[in-house]
Amino acid sequence: MNTSIGRRGFIAGVSALLVSACSKVAETDAAKSLFSAAPEWQRKIHRSLASRMALAKEYPRSAISPDFRGNGSRTVDTDAYRSALAAGFPDWKLEVTGMVSTPLSLGLDDIRKLPQRTQITRHDCVEGWSAIGEWTGPQLSAILDAAGVKDSARFVVFRCADTYAGRKYYESVDMVDARHPQTIVAHSLNGEPLPEKNGAPLRMRIERQLGYKHAKYLTGIEVVDTLENIGEGKGGYWEDRSGYQWYAGM
Amino acid sequence: MKKKHALSTRLWHWINLVCVVILFMTGLNISNAHPYLYWGDWGFSPSQAWLALPKFPGWATIPGHCSLAEARDWHILMVWPFAFGLLFMWIAMLANGHFWRDLRTTPREWSPTEVWRDVVDHLKLKFDHGPAKFNFLQKLAYGSVLCILLPGMILTGLAISPGFEPAAPWLVDVLGGRQSARSLHFLFAFGLLGFFIVHIALVLLAGPIGLIRDMVTGGRNEWGGKL
Repeated sequence: MNTSIGRRGFIAGVSALLVSACSKVAETDAAKSLFSAAPEWQRKIHRSLASRMALAKEYPRSAISPDFRGNGSRTVDTDAYRSALAAGFPDWKLEVTGMVSTPLSLGLDDIRKLPQRTQITRHDCVEGWSAIGEWTGPQLSAILDAAGVKDSARFVVFRCADTYAGRKYYESVDMVDARHPQTIVAHSLNGEPLPEKNGAPLRMRIERQLGYKHAKYLTGIEVVDTLENIGEGKGGYWEDRSGYQWYAGM
Repeated sequence: MKKKHALSTRLWHWINLVCVVILFMTGLNISNAHPYLYWGDWGFSPSQAWLALPKFPGWATIPGHCSLAEARDWHILMVWPFAFGLLFMWIAMLANGHFWRDLRTTPREWSPTEVWRDVVDHLKLKFDHGPAKFNFLQKLAYGSVLCILLPGMILTGLAISPGFEPAAPWLVDVLGGRQSARSLHFLFAFGLLGFFIVHIALVLLAGPIGLIRDMVTGGRNEWGGKL
């Protein structure tokens, strides 16, 4: 180790040993169960430190970022979507199904007629970036109340029109986040109909969690008591495909 | 009288080492997902960044391949022993007097001539420093790590968690916005890396076998002595 390359090589070697030891540990059952338990500890502590209904910060108009980055799916790659987009989505339907007493099928006009909430919030992507935008739409709780959610329901699943890398996108939240006052079905961004890259014509806003929970190109709201039978059972597209944490509050 | 390392100090030192190394290396993997830093509340494209970070190579990241999900698994798990370990260390060193006796600096130590003498001694690799447990630069280094860098990692980490933010929205504001908090999270992390490198270099120069043994067994109570 007389040369600096030798020293660097030594450090890289020690580090690589540690990296491979960590991947060995990560494959054990004990590590796997700790990895799935830890985000739940975070969820519990977040919800015990603040009221479950406490709001995410809302910003003044002057804080809106010059653009709102589109990430993941930036469109729905079908002819039907492209023609619907050009026509202003006259036939788009949001189906409310599952454990509800009255299943609903809402068009965009129905959704705009509901009481609206407008909020200027910050969107935090799991990758690390943030953007700020003004969202408008009805609260999910109003839609759930109109459909009449059964008592044993525990989760709300968001069904989407887009596929990403060949798989259907979907997401889910528990009833606390579903009924949070800032959880809205947004049809507008910065006073305009949702842009294509941001999920036109409808997307979720789940303001106390990271961006991958905010399902875009929304076609359905399904109320369920377990996530086991949905997708591959982990509660969302990225959760199934890559092992992302279902609770994304950190 | 130079005292042994307390059991609480030794336990925390090694647990904290494991936590910090894993958190740092998983942090580098997370950084690779979007290697740009911003100031203020928002920022999402390289043109807005004040710093573009390099892509960190596989030997420096956990896991060794690009995986935001697996890196976050580790990061989210290891913050628990890291944060509660630091809390435990603070309680222990306030209770056993370690902080007031060994780490607190006195106004006299801050005089430029005293500081200069200590710097020169370090550069000459003279590590004898009389009856006190630590010399001024050690107090400054260990004190900054315990008072600023480690708590700073936890506070900036909490501030970039959207689920935590409603519990303490002032924290994000004090730090200058969420993207500023994220930038500070990186800066504190690299401050810790800087400490880590200097710490290891000085341990190697001052006699690693005895020092590591002392941090395991506690060492002996003695007058004066080394480091």
